[in-house]
Amino acid sequence: MSKVRVLVGTRKGAFILTSDGKREQWDISGPHFAGWEIYHLKGSPADPNRIYASQSTGWFGQLIQRSNDGGQTWEPVGNKFSYDGVPGTHQWYDGTPHPWEFKRVWHLEPSLTDPDTVYAGVEDAAIFRTTDGGQSWQELPGLRGHGSGPHWQPGAGGMCLHTIILDPSNPGRIYIAISAAGAFRTDDRGAAWKPINQGLRSEYIPDPAAEVGHCVHHIAMHPSRPGVLFMQKHWDVMRSDNAGDSWQEVSGNLPTDFGFAIDVHAHEPETIYVVPIKSDREHFPPDGKLRVYRSRTGGNEWEPLTKGLPQRDCYVNVLRDAMAVDSLDSCGVYFGTTGGQVYASADAGDNWAPIVRDLPAVLSVEVQTLQ
Amino acid sequence: MIRVMLPAHLRTLARTGTEVQLDLDVPVTIRAILDALEARYPMLSGTLRDHVTQQRRPFVRFFACGEDWSHESPDKVLPDAIASGAEPFLVVGAIAGG
Repeated sequence: MSKVRVLVGTRKGAFILTSDGKREQWDISGPHFAGWEIYHLKGSPADPNRIYASQSTGWFGQLIQRSNDGGQTWEPVGNKFSYDGVPGTHQWYDGTPHPWEFKRVWHLEPSLTDPDTVYAGVEDAAIFRTTDGGQSWQELPGLRGHGSGPHWQPGAGGMCLHTIILDPSNPGRIYIAISAAGAFRTDDRGAAWKPINQGLRSEYIPDPAAEVGHCVHHIAMHPSRPGVLFMQKHWDVMRSDNAGDSWQEVSGNLPTDFGFAIDVHAHEPETIYVVPIKSDREHFPPDGKLRVYRSRTGGNEWEPLTKGLPQRDCYVNVLRDAMAVDSLDSCGVYFGTTGGQVYASADAGDNWAPIVRDLPAVLSVEVQTLQ
Repeated sequence: MIRVMLPAHLRTLARTGTEVQLDLDVPVTIRAILDALEARYPMLSGTLRDHVTQQRRPFVRFFACGEDWSHESPDKVLPDAIASGAEPFLVVGAIAGG
């Protein structure tokens, strides 16, 4: 019998939601690490009971927790994230040079094949890797060492590396995204990186078509088509059919193309989901209606999904890492809100129901499909 | 024997009681206390001071015998009452937030 385990990071702890394949009745455990910000948790595809969590506070800094039993028990592992060499500077909000300073881990991406290997995306933007189960972390300095590094600037949420995508067909290829530098790709396991922002257009920066400086909010990929990427940018929903070498806008008939989260159906590589948010000034759904939009055509043509979602007086946000899918048949779709709700659809988005309504603000949602 | 009081979050993290007791040679300094704490409880590394610079984290404060030692040199010798265990060495999370 299949099971689903939903890993939820919030402003005040982690929660683990489990259900059988019907996804109707849910058990909720938590808060784990009560009182701490949990930016992200993710399980290893190679060993689903191995889960890593990013735990932090402004008082006591960054910790990494590891579980070997599916989140029942945890142990702190290494939390030393030291930039390679002399960190140098990036641009501050006002354009002045600002030293690179480690603040927190935004995203943990376990290897597809080795439970002890994990990539960490951090603020100020850099990518780290552990190969010993989190005991020690080493930067992949080629990213920050890319010549554009001194010109990167933070987005409103900080200069965070928030997206890491591993190509299942090519172990050397990794995609990452940084707010507000843009998307980058390596083809040699992280030694050298290139910006992949051609086709992005951001009117809020001095050169709207610049090589770097775009506020990419999130990128999603279907594992069967690793060269096809879908992006929710600050404004604009984009797609690339050539591994990020160029992008085309696919916002189509969305009510607004601002937003944070984006994901792909587990079995239909051209079915994608976004949650439109009114604007960069007003981080809540348009008209107070919480609507997921689904495109079955890889973008451009979108349909609102509303059944079971609040259609009045709703002013929550859905953050960039707070949407995920399971791989059951039919595909389950999940997202969490800054109002503390985690919504689930067991039928690819046609119908929604809250799993839980009153958690702290949700920062991230990941899903594990267990056999 | 040195007595150290940790803030609640760090007691939970290190799975300690209210008070941690450490055996240290005199003279006792903040650096010696933190070194001993981190040696016994490796999960506390980086939570009180930066891994690399060894600078106190901005929202962490140190108190001894009713005095704020947060801005003293970590190598300044602490009072005898701390070294003897008559008074605890306090690690306090700054009041911040509403």
